[in-house]
Amino acid sequence: MTHTLKLVALGLTALFGAIAANYARDLAYMVNMLVVMLTAGILFLMTLRTAGDEGPAPDLSGDYMDGVVRFGVIATAFWGVVGFLVGIVIAAQLAFPVLNFEWAQGYLNFGRLRPLHTSAVIFAFGGNALIATSFYVVQRTSAARLWGGNAAWFVFWGYQLFIVMAALSYVLGGSQSKEYAEPEWYVDLWLTVVWVVYLAVFLGTIIKRKEPHIYVANWFYLSFIVTVALLHVVNNLSIPVSIWGSKSVQVFAGVQDAMTQWWYGHNAVGFFLTAGFLGMMYYFIPKQAERPVYSYKLSIIHFWALIFIYIWAGPHHLHYTALPDWASTLGMVFSVVLWMPSWGGMINGLMTLSGAWDKLRTDPVIRMMVIAVGFYGMSTFEGPMMSIKAVNSLSHYTDWTIGHVHSGALGWNGMITFGALYYLVPKLWNRERLYSLSMVSWHFWLATIGIVLYAASMWVTGIMEGLMWREVDANGFLVNSFADTVAAKFPMYVVRTLGGVMFLAGAVIMCINLWLTVTRQPELATNDSLVPAE
Amino acid sequence: MDTYSILREFADSWMLLALFTFFGGVILWVFRPGSRKTYADTAEIPFRHETRPAAGRQVDKEA
Repeated sequence: MTHTLKLVALGLTALFGAIAANYARDLAYMVNMLVVMLTAGILFLMTLRTAGDEGPAPDLSGDYMDGVVRFGVIATAFWGVVGFLVGIVIAAQLAFPVLNFEWAQGYLNFGRLRPLHTSAVIFAFGGNALIATSFYVVQRTSAARLWGGNAAWFVFWGYQLFIVMAALSYVLGGSQSKEYAEPEWYVDLWLTVVWVVYLAVFLGTIIKRKEPHIYVANWFYLSFIVTVALLHVVNNLSIPVSIWGSKSVQVFAGVQDAMTQWWYGHNAVGFFLTAGFLGMMYYFIPKQAERPVYSYKLSIIHFWALIFIYIWAGPHHLHYTALPDWASTLGMVFSVVLWMPSWGGMINGLMTLSGAWDKLRTDPVIRMMVIAVGFYGMSTFEGPMMSIKAVNSLSHYTDWTIGHVHSGALGWNGMITFGALYYLVPKLWNRERLYSLSMVSWHFWLATIGIVLYAASMWVTGIMEGLMWREVDANGFLVNSFADTVAAKFPMYVVRTLGGVMFLAGAVIMCINLWLTVTRQPELATNDSLVPAE
Repeated sequence: MDTYSILREFADSWMLLALFTFFGGVILWVFRPGSRKTYADTAEIPFRHETRPAAGRQVDKEA
């Protein structure tokens, strides 16, 4: 019966995709509808071929659902390399504009590739890391198998479909021009469906937990899922011009739209890139250090302080704009206050190693996690400082902002994810240890030096261009034209690209190392997965 | 009064008070007597049930 319903639904979806591609008003929409048609068609055939095969469902409740986590780990590594590579391409395009090839204008120029890079690293790399680790962690800390059977697989594949549709539409020109929220209305709707199922799977697992308490990592993951759902829906309130085209019109206009966008944008940083990754920190650092978190009390205060304060920090993106002064002051004050919970969390992560500091010398994986927390501390100090109006008047619209984002994204999100991947792969594929620890060390140093090159060059170029923009001569005339600053930035842009190349090289070494861990390391004797009789 | 002013007045007064009270309550709750023992146990959660789910309703400290 369910098979019949599934076949009907898939067949209708494929048919709708074909009709929509036929009536499509723009290229991005047409290509995406063809993707929908093909996906639904392939799933239809797969469902048809297995219909009637299945016997009684085996009892899997005595086993964790790790297949989807394994796929998530592979997807994280894959999208990571793709996202870093696109980042290097656009960094090179800024240094050498000739790389915006004439034949690829309108598809592969900086303007089209830039959202591809940001979405690939934040949503494809970071998002897959969050989904995979949250599924892993919530099962272990709830002592229960994932709720909802195959729903977790729907979340994984549905999310990949979202990534593919978003990426295709950026390159082909389907974008609603909201930073970090570029996907158009139909891609947004699909992500909403996937996200609601994700919430159901996560919450369902917590509800059927066997541990009396909900471990703090799950609080962070849950706040990430719930808040991102809220942000995504409100910021993407728009009315499509036609159901056969990408274009839509925002419901909010003017400064309200700008404020909504940066309420979304900053909390995407706060809840996607911070709260979710803190969930990772609170599980993987204690596991790798083999000791419980330094202070559980501090972790609870950390959680509530972060939740209560982060949500107000968004207006600091709109200093000296049409936004009312009180709103921008509010954003500034809350950004500065936010420094406290951020450092509370950093101290909690670092001090988890107290009594085990020697592991820093012997275990490059924990070194990776610790430097991630270190970068978290640095960028959560830099951020509040930059949100102060006087500092922001110098730093805003300059490369300093880009340097700040990357010290957070590469240093904190990237490094903690690499640490989690190094922890997860031997566990998930049942291998005793990683293939090579010296390759992890190579990755560590390449990535760290790459980030330092990136951040340092962006500080120099950012402050330089900020000062050049405001420089006036004795008569009050501006000294520099915009093109002067662009010319002065060239050496720093080359250094930045080099930093990116080193970071990517480290990630490629990681992929090779993880691949060899699975293929070359002997498998541990498995313990069977039978449910013990009681 | 228009909707904006009503909401603004509410947000500046009662809602602010409610949020601060909740937050202060959380901090007091965390330091309640006996919390140290509870949290020591909670902090150990990642080190149980590493390979498979708990079998019954009981918390299985060994696994």
